[in-house]
Amino acid sequence: MSGTVIATHGLRKSFGAVRAVDGIDLDVRAGDVYGFLGANGSGKTTTVRMLLGLVLPTAGTVEVLGRPIPKAGREVLPRVGALIEGPAAYGHLSATANLSLSDASGPGGSRRTRKARIGEVLDQVGLGGVGKRAVRGFSLGMRQRLGLAGALLRRPDLLVLDEPTNGLDPQGIHEIRELLLDLNRTGTTVFLSSHLLAEIEQLATRVGVLDRGRMVLQDDLATLTAPTGATVVDTPRAAQAREVLGDRVLSADGDRLVVRGSEPAEVNAVLVGAGVPVHGLTLQRPTLEEVVLAAAAGSGDRVQAGAAS
Amino acid sequence: MIAVELRKLFRRPRTWITIALLNSLPVLVAVLLKVTDLAPRPGEGPAFLSAVLTNGTLFPLAALAIVLPLFLPIAVAVVAGDSVAGEAQGGTLRYLLARPAGRTRLLVAKLVALVVFVLVTVVIVAIVGYVVGTTLFEVQSLGATTAVSGTSLTPDQVAGRTLLSIGYVTISMLGVAAFAMFFSTLTDSPQLATLGALAVLIGSSLLFTLDAASDIAPYLPTRYWLSFVDFFRDPILWRNVVRGLGLQAVYVVVLLGAAWANFTTKDITS
Repeated sequence: MSGTVIATHGLRKSFGAVRAVDGIDLDVRAGDVYGFLGANGSGKTTTVRMLLGLVLPTAGTVEVLGRPIPKAGREVLPRVGALIEGPAAYGHLSATANLSLSDASGPGGSRRTRKARIGEVLDQVGLGGVGKRAVRGFSLGMRQRLGLAGALLRRPDLLVLDEPTNGLDPQGIHEIRELLLDLNRTGTTVFLSSHLLAEIEQLATRVGVLDRGRMVLQDDLATLTAPTGATVVDTPRAAQAREVLGDRVLSADGDRLVVRGSEPAEVNAVLVGAGVPVHGLTLQRPTLEEVVLAAAAGSGDRVQAGAAS
Repeated sequence: MIAVELRKLFRRPRTWITIALLNSLPVLVAVLLKVTDLAPRPGEGPAFLSAVLTNGTLFPLAALAIVLPLFLPIAVAVVAGDSVAGEAQGGTLRYLLARPAGRTRLLVAKLVALVVFVLVTVVIVAIVGYVVGTTLFEVQSLGATTAVSGTSLTPDQVAGRTLLSIGYVTISMLGVAAFAMFFSTLTDSPQLATLGALAVLIGSSLLFTLDAASDIAPYLPTRYWLSFVDFFRDPILWRNVVRGLGLQAVYVVVLLGAAWANFTTKDITS
């Protein structure tokens, strides 16, 4: 697999007068773990639904695995596993029966291999022991795992996951993260929609940020969090260090100094040479949070008086 | 896909509870008749009931006539109203369509499952009616069931005409199913879809009794429901039966067309 996995051009969706998604150009490449970030109400879910042919665009185009959506949905979607805004299952049926019904209700799931595939994905998400139990008695975390099992059932080339760790405990989150990284290593492209910055920062290779329906940022994570050309110095004698370094000090916060210079070793040599003790030196990198906050204006569900008129 | 929908429908406990409740009313009526021996006089009460005490093989028809005005349409409206809106409410609709099940396919599969449900329900009402009727009441084995018009019918004729009635009642219920299914594509609340269909039926039944509405009476969806009684005239009186079938066909085609047009162009936001 190579090339573009998800491409949208000028994708727009209006609900009445509200532009939920306003002309976005997604570019997700094969092998990416693509982190799709945005505040609540920024249009993430509407976009995810348009990728899967659930919501029909007002304008613009969607291509998934090189084919147009929703037109070629029957051909493309069997190769896409999805978790859309929380899991859903028939409560009176067992986990196994739910997966079996889901597999039988569309193309691309061979009946012959169904039982084996179901057993395999249940083991993979850690539900191997409760396959026969009615979903009614499942916890939110178990339902989330079952939803993920459903997404993995046909060994998809692309996973589209909306808040996949919702409802999981820290161990569960860690487990699912390892599973996703594992799948990614074996060639699955992962499109991860989330408002949890930490989750995206740990998983994603590329990031797109949505703000009020517009893409404000789309780049490799490594580029976004590239060193700024400054070094962060941790020293107990900040005042002395400032004297030594002069106008190279860009900012200071207690024992922490930000110093111009992309070579920590060189900064260290200067300070130690002048007899200033140094506890730590690191290259300054912006966190994803700083990048996102700089790019996006604010929380989507914060509505100022007068803004709605 | 059709097999999937059938599995979903018939593996659901609620489906069987509905059918069981539906049968409880005719059974209760049969027991009361047996205990009190007080049959309604001919021409009063539900159709066929007056004749049941002397001939238990007519009880399947009495049972259908008992459930037809309210119980059966409610059961059909509940299941049909749930068809799309129930999946939307439970969140499974988005997964079915992203699977992808295909919107038209899903609707067709739901429809077929619904027809099977109606048929199974009507047949079970008839079978339970037959068992109850022949156990509790006398069976006239030697010919001579009296038709509504006064002449006699052979047991074979009674059996054949009972089958025709089952088919007719099933088709009459498809109109209800079409209303509920159309509403089911409009809302994400199965209760609302069911109530909408019931409102149509109650409205139709009410208008039917109103002289001022006599001009529109032939077009009311419930107008010809009880015309299956005409199968038991000798010879069979086809006029109203044929009109009833035509009317149901029009309702079914128009409403399912609307349901399809709506569902295939709808944003799934549930």
